Amino acid sequence: MASLNMVKALNLALRQEMERDPDVLVIGEDVGVDGGVFRVTEDLQRAFGSRRVIDSPLAEAAIVGTSVGMALYGLRPVCEIQFSGFAFQCFHQFENHAARYRMRTQGRFHVPLVVRMPYGGGVRALEHHSESEEQFYAHIPGIKMVIPSGPRNARALLVSAIRDPDPVIFFEAKALYHASREEVPDEPEALPIGQAHLVREGRDVTLIAYGAMMRVAQEAAETLVREDHVEPEVIDLLTISPLDRETIVASVAKTGRAVIVHEAPKSFGAGAEIATSIMEGAFLSLEAPIRRVTAYDVPFVGFARERANVPDAARVVAAARETLAY
Amino acid sequence: MPRTRLEPRFHVEYLSILDSEGNVDTALEPDLSVEELKRLYSAMLLSRRLDERMVRLQRQGRIGTFAPIKGQEASQLGTVSCLRPADWMVPSFRETAAMLWRGWPIEKVLLFFSGYLEGGQPAIDQHDLPVTIPVATQIPHAVGLAYAVQYRGDDAVVMTYFGDGATSEGDFHEALNFAGVWHVPVVFVCQNNQWAISVPLKKQTHSRTIAEKAHAYGFPGIQVDGNDVLAVLAATREAVKRAREGDGPTLIECVTYRLGVHTTADDPTKYRSAEEVAEWERKDPLTRFTTYLQKRNLLEEGLDERVDAEIAEAVRRFEATPPADALTMFDHVYAELPPDLKVQRESLAARLREGGTTEETRPASPPMRGQRTTRR
Repeated sequence: MASLNMVKALNLALRQEMERDPDVLVIGEDVGVDGGVFRVTEDLQRAFGSRRVIDSPLAEAAIVGTSVGMALYGLRPVCEIQFSGFAFQCFHQFENHAARYRMRTQGRFHVPLVVRMPYGGGVRALEHHSESEEQFYAHIPGIKMVIPSGPRNARALLVSAIRDPDPVIFFEAKALYHASREEVPDEPEALPIGQAHLVREGRDVTLIAYGAMMRVAQEAAETLVREDHVEPEVIDLLTISPLDRETIVASVAKTGRAVIVHEAPKSFGAGAEIATSIMEGAFLSLEAPIRRVTAYDVPFVGFARERANVPDAARVVAAARETLAY
Repeated sequence: MPRTRLEPRFHVEYLSILDSEGNVDTALEPDLSVEELKRLYSAMLLSRRLDERMVRLQRQGRIGTFAPIKGQEASQLGTVSCLRPADWMVPSFRETAAMLWRGWPIEKVLLFFSGYLEGGQPAIDQHDLPVTIPVATQIPHAVGLAYAVQYRGDDAVVMTYFGDGATSEGDFHEALNFAGVWHVPVVFVCQNNQWAISVPLKKQTHSRTIAEKAHAYGFPGIQVDGNDVLAVLAATREAVKRAREGDGPTLIECVTYRLGVHTTADDPTKYRSAEEVAEWERKDPLTRFTTYLQKRNLLEEGLDERVDAEIAEAVRRFEATPPADALTMFDHVYAELPPDLKVQRESLAARLREGGTTEETRPASPPMRGQRTTRR
């Protein structure tokens, strides 16, 4: 056991998977000598050499495009896109190809590819360095979309993503990289992709969040316990797609109330899909309309206005109180 | 600190061996056995006859829209014939001749252009990627495959195809740049057929050649007469040898011409003249190769009939294909079916059990733009 922040925990996952499987490679901008701009790949090139930890030319489409080719050959590339805001320059490689080779070749080829990207706000960064774009990936059949919320689950989910036979988009919340430390076991640990985690049991209202918004949801839950004497249930999705509807539905069937929190804009976001799952699976248990606490439907607002836009605990508490009073 | 001239350390060659009249430059003529020449010719003939047959099948509504290759047979066969089975071939969407050479059965090609995913499935031992439609997006895959070949220390070369239009795409430039930096065993084959649908080459690039773009990425590029199968083959042999011996990538620009439509939904009379097409018809790669073999007395009796019979038999097998099993659409989305897809699959299964039909019906809608007026 070591007490690690998320950066070190992710680094541990990469290191151990590379030790385990010579087909695992790391590729991206500045991932080698520099160890990545967030240091997630620190010292990996020193340990595994520049053929396995590739400082690529600066071109997102070719980073992912060549990785698709490597994966088709049977290697297991782990790409780093420096910021998720730059991934639109390789989006076609996900949508047109990584997601489709299995289908297109009727199982003859598949693409065991992981693409890691830092996402989200809270780090006083410029445009394209603060956005939350998981919904675009979650909408692509053939791709899995994973967002951990802390060092231990980040490590365990990255291990699973690397071992997964299908392409996985792996979002890492920049706000969480150095936010906290957690005991992370030395022995490799994997968490199943597609399973949400019930982090707090309750009976009055279900708070559903993921990634950096887990901290917000948990803070809201504590306030609700303390000030309102209610018992919120809190779900950490961990995987956006394929969505663990069963855990969500079971919880809301019990509580009758749901508040969904995400950092991405509201309309057509993951919250809409989660809300529909609840409607389809727990309609007769609902005691109040489902609420979504999200960013507004506006483009990047700059960090001077970020706190007004990104959900905080007060907004989640207010939404929960409305549903409880409905 | 003077202002000096950096002497460019590169040059661009143009290679032609067999002219339109079938005259050969014997000094450059590649060493090919009689068997190899016969095999090349029969592949070229098969490609041409199948292409013409496919246009008719499409007009009759028996297959869907496809991209004919007529005029580009030498560019494809001169290149692909230099590969070994263990090498990799990464096509775009106009490589029927190259695909047939690599062992794709005719009926699979017909299935592909009839909306069957089964037509995109390479055989288990076949080192070919399937047709890629978004222009230039397959080129980085070829470079990634080549990186993997080098990483594993395997003895293989990767060859990828694209057109002149693709050289305007970012993926083309990014892929060539990566290939140069990584020094991987890949051969880029540009079939410069002069037209990207309706846009001519001069509106696609201001470079004098496409071949010279390779030099910007630090590896050789060569321009060849793409309608001269001997020149294409000679240039490709060199490129494949370089790749195999660890000397890095090559770009081969095959100067050729799309004698037919872009796809069967296109009407080229809108954008190019009959004179231009006629001029290129005089340079037809098949006619030229036929004349060459005739002079060497190597043409086989009855080959046309044998090729047509092979096509007819494949069309018969293709048309005997049972309707697509709709339920298999869920089989290859992920390695394992996630719970949502299990539910969706069950819902379709229930529809089918209740007598719902999912068989494709022939469209009653009017043909796509240009279909009725197309002359070639």
